Amino acid sequence: MLRIENLVKQYRTGDKALKGISLEVPVGQVMALIGPSGAGKSTLIRCVNRLVEPSSGKIFLDGTELTGLGIGGLRRARRRMGMIFQEYALVERLSVMENVLSGRLGYVGFWRSWWRRFPQSDVQEAFRLLERVGLDHMADKRADELSGGQRQRVGICRALIQNPSLLLVDEPTASLDPKTSRQIMRLICELCDERQLAAIINIHDVQLAQMFARRVVGLQLGEIVYDGPPDGLDAEVLTRIYGEEDWEATIGKVDAEDEENGEAA
Amino acid sequence: MSVVTKGDVPVWRRRTTPEQYFIWLAWLVGTAITVYCWKLISDKTLWIFVEDAPRQAADMASRMSPPAWSYMSKLWIPLWDTLNIATLGTAISIVLAVPVAFCAARNTTPSVLFVRPVALFIIVSSRSINSLLWALMLVTILGPGVFAGVVAIGLRSIGFVAKLLYEAIEEIDASQVEAVTATGASGAQVLTYGIVPQVLPAFAGISVFRWDINIRESTVLGLVGAGGIGLQLDASINTLAWTQVSMILLAILATVIVSEWVSAKIRHAII
Repeated sequence: MLRIENLVKQYRTGDKALKGISLEVPVGQVMALIGPSGAGKSTLIRCVNRLVEPSSGKIFLDGTELTGLGIGGLRRARRRMGMIFQEYALVERLSVMENVLSGRLGYVGFWRSWWRRFPQSDVQEAFRLLERVGLDHMADKRADELSGGQRQRVGICRALIQNPSLLLVDEPTASLDPKTSRQIMRLICELCDERQLAAIINIHDVQLAQMFARRVVGLQLGEIVYDGPPDGLDAEVLTRIYGEEDWEATIGKVDAEDEENGEAA
Repeated sequence: MSVVTKGDVPVWRRRTTPEQYFIWLAWLVGTAITVYCWKLISDKTLWIFVEDAPRQAADMASRMSPPAWSYMSKLWIPLWDTLNIATLGTAISIVLAVPVAFCAARNTTPSVLFVRPVALFIIVSSRSINSLLWALMLVTILGPGVFAGVVAIGLRSIGFVAKLLYEAIEEIDASQVEAVTATGASGAQVLTYGIVPQVLPAFAGISVFRWDINIRESTVLGLVGAGGIGLQLDASINTLAWTQVSMILLAILATVIVSEWVSAKIRHAII
């Protein structure tokens, strides 16, 4: 579904953020992308929807080459890629409803969006999504009145109302407490299951990645150093990704938490 | 910062000794220049006139009081003109300043190389010329009257509004814009959904603030013939009708107080 071939990104400062990444994500797969700060995780997912222009290499989404698209083509392609952000990136001074509906901007014309006259089907879908994430009573609130977890749920709705086939998720839990982090990750994964969405989730927290993703890719200094199942992350692999550290506690805890999780469910 | 080792204990000082001496020297030079300039001004002042000042002030005050209250009946219309000059001028400047601001802001300009310098030049040239000078030129071009005043206020305010607005645009949170872009929104939609909501409070504050300033500026435009209450002020001063002058000053004071109160209310309501 998503195919990345030999992707290179070199910033104008000369820093090479990505050094020839090749990656394939099949339909419906939730993939966690882990790695230290500065490894190029954010750059990689931003290259996919071209918020960052790749220097070279090719990216295909369902056979369309994203890297060669013009402005109009890129807009149409972006509609099929929902993005969820670290600090939620909601438009703070707009209402929850407006934020969710802004996910439809790629489908409606300028004047319809200016007068906030979105098609009734979009509004219904927005209500349905808000209900699905438990925020239907918040539709009229302004985004800056919400708590972190609630904001991220609105962010998820905004991405899903695009009706995407791929989710690009950038550190969704970095500003959330551990419990909310787990709830948000579970929500994202459930929604991906329901809709057969592929997802690339950048994440700092190795344990969360192991708990929720079916595949983990480790990035280090712009290169893939691990690509495999979550339980393949042992001390040796983590050292390869992050560097020398005592990893026994991290790995041990995951098993315990997984069981706890299983019981709770 | 400097660290000196005394014995075996490191001692920290805010500045090194040479830096400290340099700062003392700079203060010394600054003080000397001030004293010298003071002397120059003093030499060129006719102190006889200054010694006379309190008596002259008392004389003027006595000639100005009591204010000619009855003259107020002739001031309502010029006062209304003054308010209109300020309000219409501000409105024109806002309409013209918004596109200039978006062209001048580094993150929204269509071209950093070509459009931005033009926008910045418009801002600088509008700001560098005082309203009174704009009015002086426009009275020659458009003829005397309220219209010249409106245009003068408008031209002067474009730079002010555009400068503050483009600074606000440059300070917005880029991630919100990124998020709207990522949905596949067009450029115009990114502007109205991602950028406009973020700068709206600043925009409202700037506009009301400029309106407030313009009311004060438009009271003097009449001195050069550009309409408003300044015309009456000019006429009264020329005929040495000091009681009328004091009446006009009181009327201006009252107007400014009211405008200040209104703009504070509006700003409070919007932000």
